[in-house]
Amino acid sequence: MFIKKGIAASLGIVIGKAHIIKEDNILIEQKEIAPEKVKAEIKRFRDALEKTKLDLDGIRSKVLTVLGKQHAKLIDSHHLILSDPLIVKEVPKLIHEKRFNAEFALSEILDRAEQEFEKIDDEFFHERKHDVFDVGKKIISNLVNSEKVSLKDIKEPVVIIAHNLYPSDTLHIRESNKVLGFCMDLGSKSSHTAIFAQSMGIPAVVGLSDISRQIQSGDCVIVDGERGMVIVSPTAEIISKYKLRQAELHKQEIFFHRLKGLPAVTRDGHKINLMVNLDSSSDKEELAALKSEGVGLFRTEFLYMNRNAVPTEAEQLKAYSEVALALGSLPLIIRTADIGGDRATQLGIKGLKDERNPFMGFRGIRLFIKYPELLKTQLRAIYKTKSVGPIKVMIPMVSSLDEVATVRRMAQSVKAELSEEGFEVKKDLEFGVMVEIPAAAIILDSLLGEIDFVSIGTNDLVQYTLAVDRINQYVSELYEPFHPAVLRLINLVVQTAHKKGKPVSVCGEMASDPYAIPLLVGLGVDILSVPMKMYLRTKYSVRTMNFERFSALAQQALGLPTSEQIRRMVEEEVK
Amino acid sequence: MIKRDIRVINELGIHARPAGMLADTASKFDCELKLIKGKMEVNCKSIMGIMTLAAGVGSTLTVQASGKDEAAAVSEIEALFARKFEED
Repeated sequence: MFIKKGIAASLGIVIGKAHIIKEDNILIEQKEIAPEKVKAEIKRFRDALEKTKLDLDGIRSKVLTVLGKQHAKLIDSHHLILSDPLIVKEVPKLIHEKRFNAEFALSEILDRAEQEFEKIDDEFFHERKHDVFDVGKKIISNLVNSEKVSLKDIKEPVVIIAHNLYPSDTLHIRESNKVLGFCMDLGSKSSHTAIFAQSMGIPAVVGLSDISRQIQSGDCVIVDGERGMVIVSPTAEIISKYKLRQAELHKQEIFFHRLKGLPAVTRDGHKINLMVNLDSSSDKEELAALKSEGVGLFRTEFLYMNRNAVPTEAEQLKAYSEVALALGSLPLIIRTADIGGDRATQLGIKGLKDERNPFMGFRGIRLFIKYPELLKTQLRAIYKTKSVGPIKVMIPMVSSLDEVATVRRMAQSVKAELSEEGFEVKKDLEFGVMVEIPAAAIILDSLLGEIDFVSIGTNDLVQYTLAVDRINQYVSELYEPFHPAVLRLINLVVQTAHKKGKPVSVCGEMASDPYAIPLLVGLGVDILSVPMKMYLRTKYSVRTMNFERFSALAQQALGLPTSEQIRRMVEEEVK
Repeated sequence: MIKRDIRVINELGIHARPAGMLADTASKFDCELKLIKGKMEVNCKSIMGIMTLAAGVGSTLTVQASGKDEAAAVSEIEALFARKFEED
């Protein structure tokens, strides 16, 4: 038995037989074409294009009946890639000028296109490269005339293991109707395959680096789409544990929708404040329907995205007021934008150079203090926000008292300025800091005089504490929220803040991790703030745990030396 | 030669399908058509080129046309953006 960690791309758990999809390992050799054969080589390439076109037509009509019109349009864009001048003109040109063989000329062009796609930071656009390579692979396989091992011929229910799956592969998967789950070496949460798995409701784990080379077809695997893990050749004991977990998940689903409006209180009566993380103002209807206890983290970065000027006070005011209105008398915690230097450059702020290490660079409050106009505009909009309930401000990426004091001073002057303009500030705002940088946790006692609440951003706190870039495939395995150092830091924050009577919330992914929730609550965290789709699940976790039991266990966990032991301890309790 | 700035207003930006519509439309014209975003410049008749621009909503592109039918080409392309690539 061995366990591989990856990215949880689609929820659910499945146990089944592995089916390895072999990459079409067509070795492309460079051959020199004799001058008199160049014409014939170009014709061979054109013939392969024709054949690929016919293949696409066949696929299109099938897609139309199986998946519907939107997906058929994807095939239309594949047709356009086939007739792209880069392929129709540049490939024959290479064959002609360099006397390359068709396969090699085509792969040269595709390599160039891939390099262009690699430069794209935006994940959504970056992932579109697979459409290009899907088509490229089809042409090549028509050139060498090899038939692709077809996914639709799968005869029994299996878990698909692949290096990478292409959009056309997912079609065959749906047709075959025999796929229990996916595991892929490549991919991220927003790759086509992940989105497809979510829409099909199939558990999937991606970003597993080399799983396709470590498993054989027929091996038993467990795909844990809840925790982003794959267990290969599990022991009978693990299998029965997972079967229980599967049954539990199924039961939970049924419970979830009954939990709306009920308090987030543990079995033994300990009340947790359960709030929502919001990424934009567009989900306000869904927010109102959820009957939550307010917004614990309103990320305002969306206001700064996909544009080339800074959002105005009026735009911000509108967005904040919309959400505040949907919340009624419930609290709204607005985080000042955590944008990085690259974004600032796109917003027209000049004089910034590319950063070698943006995670440790110019972002969050660091950037806003250097460009006080940005902070001022945001604070003005927040002060003016129309609301019934309380509005609070949260400062991201804090590492020193100076930063907090600067923001508070700025808030005072904004308030004075507004009252000079005749705008009456009715309520004073509460301020809090995000604890993401370990320094903020360690000097929290010194910060508490300036703030009213503390929120732990666990994603960054884990990343900075362990010095692990979680999207770096070489070290992402070391990203471990259950690391004793992380737990001890969280404990320090809770203890320090509680001494001064200030509440602590957790708003990172840990807050909705079913195994982390009881530990966090046991450590004394007052507020959990989670994505809307995790809200009822999290409430379920809180309502099924015993506070006294986990207060004791959390203390024990603080004394454990490894994350493995901490995980094992929690897993034995949460089944 | 005509040069015109166009803003991307469809929600998903210029992903595969809109890029396809652009390339398809551009290919109907004889003139040379280019799309420019910042320092990047691509052939507007190449869907792959257009996709690598990664033009999200709110970004501004410059379309540059030179040739006999340049005026008609630019106005058809502008119309595509304005119609949001029939996204909704």
